[in-house]
Amino acid sequence: MGKRTPLYQSHVDAGAKIVDFGGWDMPLHYGSQLEEHHVVRQHAGAFDVSHMTVVDVTGDEAADFLQKLLANDVGKLKDEGKALYSCMLNNDGGVIDDLITYYLDPDRFRVVVNAATRDKDLAWINGEVASFDAEIDECSDLAMIAVQGPKAREIAATLIDDEWREAALALKPFYGLEAGDLFIARTGYTGEDGWEIMLPAAMAASFWQRCIDAGISPCGLGARDTLRLEAGMSLYGSDMDESISPLEAGLGWTIAWDPESRDFTGRGPLTEMRANKSRRKFAGLLLEGKGVLRDHMRVVVDGLPDGEITSGGFSPTLQRSIAMARLPAGNYDRAKVDVRGRLLDVRVVKMPFVRNGKSQI
Amino acid sequence: MSELPGDLEYTAEHEWLRKEDDGSVTIGITDHAQSALGDLVYVELPEVGQEVEAGGEMAVVESVKAASDVYAPISGEILAVNEELADDPEKINADPYGDGWIVRMQPSGDDGDTMDSFAYQALLDELEE
Repeated sequence: MGKRTPLYQSHVDAGAKIVDFGGWDMPLHYGSQLEEHHVVRQHAGAFDVSHMTVVDVTGDEAADFLQKLLANDVGKLKDEGKALYSCMLNNDGGVIDDLITYYLDPDRFRVVVNAATRDKDLAWINGEVASFDAEIDECSDLAMIAVQGPKAREIAATLIDDEWREAALALKPFYGLEAGDLFIARTGYTGEDGWEIMLPAAMAASFWQRCIDAGISPCGLGARDTLRLEAGMSLYGSDMDESISPLEAGLGWTIAWDPESRDFTGRGPLTEMRANKSRRKFAGLLLEGKGVLRDHMRVVVDGLPDGEITSGGFSPTLQRSIAMARLPAGNYDRAKVDVRGRLLDVRVVKMPFVRNGKSQI
Repeated sequence: MSELPGDLEYTAEHEWLRKEDDGSVTIGITDHAQSALGDLVYVELPEVGQEVEAGGEMAVVESVKAASDVYAPISGEILAVNEELADDPEKINADPYGDGWIVRMQPSGDDGDTMDSFAYQALLDELEE
């Protein structure tokens, strides 16, 4: 038996297929992963993401600490509630985890890290914080529900207290709001509009049920994965890990190089890699014909070293197979993938594949 | 879990076989197999006229999760393939014992290693434990 979120019984009662995900018993789907995918692209779906780890960083030097800890710069966060996506690097410039930081007050930040990496993340953060006047508190009593899709905010807003509804609906993308017991953020992992809502564990099951009663469909981790793949969003452990720098994972845009004086962990090795023109690139692949691209398949580019698919699968929106891949440096827009012994043609494309319900290809 | 059709034969690889009146055999994958795979997104079918050996790869079914080989439960010639699966592989999820059939074969003689619905149910019960 794995760890269980406050919504575990709700999932079982709804007939979910439960699978292990990083030590957690989580719903894979509630019947059809494809239907759950489409409902998020076309209407509204709810995901239990309570397994994710929420950590509050507080204190006079909270910002200084995060400027050291993260490759992106929390100094960019000027408005209360603004969120920042970043990698947390080790001393070699490899990715320990990717995370979102919310700026709550000048001395208070909320950081959301992955579930499967919780233990090593907390060990690293607690080790790094020692020389700063800042405190680390894990909010283990919080559940998290993501409502995603073109109708998600509109429907979920009816479940928010009158006092907060207007402010919640006024949130700009990538902003969060402390709304009484709830923390509502206009963020997500699907490429659709929506909210991620943190709330006390004791309130989670009833809020989840109210979401469903209001017409938001429960969706499992299976759909979450195909949605994020279409959206071109990286998955820690598949697309990057401690041996990979953000520069080779398509996450160069999340590194704040300025100001040069900011000495974040991993900056030295990362600067060297940045100058290396033969470093691998990260791109999307689109299968021309029939078949399915899968994780770890070999990518063959004429005259260059092999690449590798880091995340592959079937795109329910595009009705063809897509993938993310780490590829040899160079300018080319065609390659081949070794699909179960056959070399199939793929196009090398810029991601995302899908955004706000529409194909970007 | 729904009840298994009693008129079919089954294999330990979760395929089903139906002996037709004309001596041919229709083959598909069981409800247990489709449920374990999840939503199917692609089916690779053999050529009509192809000879297959019992135990050899005959088709590939790919779901949102993984690719899985379908092995020929008997030796013989492929008489027909379910072309509709090319555009609608989800037929296997929706109706594994009916519209989701995969191939029809002319057996070349000896039957493969199959079991009746009771023996297959016992196998499924064991897997559940």
